[in-house]
Amino acid sequence: MALPIHASIGERVWHYCFIAICVSVFFFLIFPILIILPLSFNQQPYFSFTAEMLRLQPEAFTTKWYQEFFTSLNWQGAVKNSFIIAFFATIISTFLGTLAALGLSRPDFPFKTTIMGLLISPMVVPLIISAAGMFFFYSRIGLQGTHIGVILAHSALATPFVVIVVTATLSGFDHSLTRAAASLGSPPTHTFFHITVPLIMPGVISGALFAFITSFDEVVVVLFVGSYKQRTIPWQMFSGIREQISPTIMAVATILITLSVIMLILLELLRRRNERLRGITPH
Amino acid sequence: MAIAEAQNEVITTADGVPLKISLKKALWQRKKTALLLVAPLFFFVLITFLIPIFDMLLRSVDNSIVAEQFPTVVVEIRNWELNSTELPDEATFQALFKDFKAGAIEKTISRLGRRLNYELSGMSSLFRKTARKIKKVETPESATETMIALDKKWGKLETWRLIKRESGKYTSSYYLSAVDAKKTSDGSISMKDEDRQIYLGLFWRTIKLSTAITLLTIILGYPIAYLMATVKTKTSNLLIILVLLPFWTSLLVRTSAWIALLQKEGVINDILVAIGVLSDDGRLAMIHNETGTIIAMTHILLPFMVLPLFSVMKTIPPSYVRAARSMGATPFTAFRRVYLPNTIAGIGAGGILVFILAIGYYITPALVGGTKGTLISNFIAHHISSSLNWGLAAALGAILLALVLILYILYDKIVGISNMRLG
Repeated sequence: MALPIHASIGERVWHYCFIAICVSVFFFLIFPILIILPLSFNQQPYFSFTAEMLRLQPEAFTTKWYQEFFTSLNWQGAVKNSFIIAFFATIISTFLGTLAALGLSRPDFPFKTTIMGLLISPMVVPLIISAAGMFFFYSRIGLQGTHIGVILAHSALATPFVVIVVTATLSGFDHSLTRAAASLGSPPTHTFFHITVPLIMPGVISGALFAFITSFDEVVVVLFVGSYKQRTIPWQMFSGIREQISPTIMAVATILITLSVIMLILLELLRRRNERLRGITPH
Repeated sequence: MAIAEAQNEVITTADGVPLKISLKKALWQRKKTALLLVAPLFFFVLITFLIPIFDMLLRSVDNSIVAEQFPTVVVEIRNWELNSTELPDEATFQALFKDFKAGAIEKTISRLGRRLNYELSGMSSLFRKTARKIKKVETPESATETMIALDKKWGKLETWRLIKRESGKYTSSYYLSAVDAKKTSDGSISMKDEDRQIYLGLFWRTIKLSTAITLLTIILGYPIAYLMATVKTKTSNLLIILVLLPFWTSLLVRTSAWIALLQKEGVINDILVAIGVLSDDGRLAMIHNETGTIIAMTHILLPFMVLPLFSVMKTIPPSYVRAARSMGATPFTAFRRVYLPNTIAGIGAGGILVFILAIGYYITPALVGGTKGTLISNFIAHHISSSLNWGLAAALGAILLALVLILYILYDKIVGISNMRLG
């Protein structure tokens, strides 16, 4: 990307223009997320800056929205529900998804494309359609408005991510390792738990993280399949934005951003570990 | 000769079973294991996801409510022609009286009234009114006269033609309403009046906004993907994080950020007023309209464009452009004739992905779209939770689903589903 010494004036101008364009696009990507942080400390119950805030007067800032988040029954219930639902959805989808990925990545799997297509369809179908279908069907069988209903729905939505991530990990899997184990007299289950599992673990964990975040961040299906009792953090934010706008939402948003930064770091570490295990050094 | 002899001789394994059979058995065993591993997830997805979707598709043509509420009427009315100029016979009216009274006592008849009201306004009130009165009426000698006395709409051909048209088990009327068409009283199909058309315009708006958003993500995503693909790995890793951070941030967080930025008393308007571009009462309306939807959704979907573009651009050797330049191409020609064609696959993949995501979006348009910036999915939600016209919601959903599946097949042709990568 560096400019060669012989670049003409026109090229130089264009080069700096290009950099300026890129900087503004990155600014567009990041700025809206950063703007939330100061707004969550706003003394006034608005979604915008006050003149006092811009003058950096300490009394214009407050942590009361965070206090409200940690004390309000609505929000605490939402936090609890979010974690319960995401936890069980992650377990179900990771277990089923990993099993399926192991089957799908076998070379002699029949009807692979069709079955793969069906299995990842929950990711492709627009959420509103999934939500509508699940709402109609789950209310018919009495699962609408129950934790189990939301957990099952979220598990279905999250499995494609697990399948895709674990299949990708398995595509780089060296099958001679299991054969070597077998030739040395290891029974299949022993080989599986001592050779295969440790090697695909990073993939499984990142699949589980994807599943967790899918459930944790999902709102359309919760709105339809769940009710107030199943309210999750996004559910609460959605109704909060619609009804009474308070900077508590900004405080929650800040907490969620912190959470996603942690998630991002975890995934990056896993990716590096995975590449190291598979003997691919990052260039 | 020796080879021929060897072929005639059946090769067996150590335990005496012919090798072919043994091999087949082993292969079948492996296939079975593979299938058994996939089976739990398959059935799980089938029950929790595929059957609900199928159920929704059935609901979009389901018309069983008419036969449930009018069990004898739908039988009797078979003898009556749709284009007849006379009212149905007394037997049909007797059936109507019987079914209606039973339904009125059960208090379920108003559901049918609501159902028929989707096709012809006034039906709901006709059913409510008749239901109130009919309970006091004993079985009459002439049901025809009694019913018409209860409400003269029962003596109108229009009412009967509607019942006749909708007496089947399945109906196409939800789909017709979903494309702003209707059946006229003689059974032919025509468009609704201009001022009553909603959904075609809505589909058009959804496609228009999705296209605009897709184009914007290409325009904004292309330069930064190029930058990410050409700088040093260290810088590139940092830039990827800048793209992934919004990607991983909760959708609602990003939407509320845009509300804070774009609203009338929001950050952008405040800045523009402070630097004197706008007067205080000339604040821009950037939210609760199409602009709001486009800006917020472009921001939300941009990473889905940048990541596939980046992964394609990373594979293009810089020597291609250098070679073109060395042979006298201007930078622009080299880009247009060499670099751009190499990135078409990435543009296609990212573009279809963004478009698929955009046409089904619900949350962001619901919060920042107001009335002008809402999409088809918002109307599906509206019909599920507010107007309770579930058949129409299902029909709209089925059309949207068909659109998405066509695009999905296209995506599969370009990228291949199994090549889908995340993060």
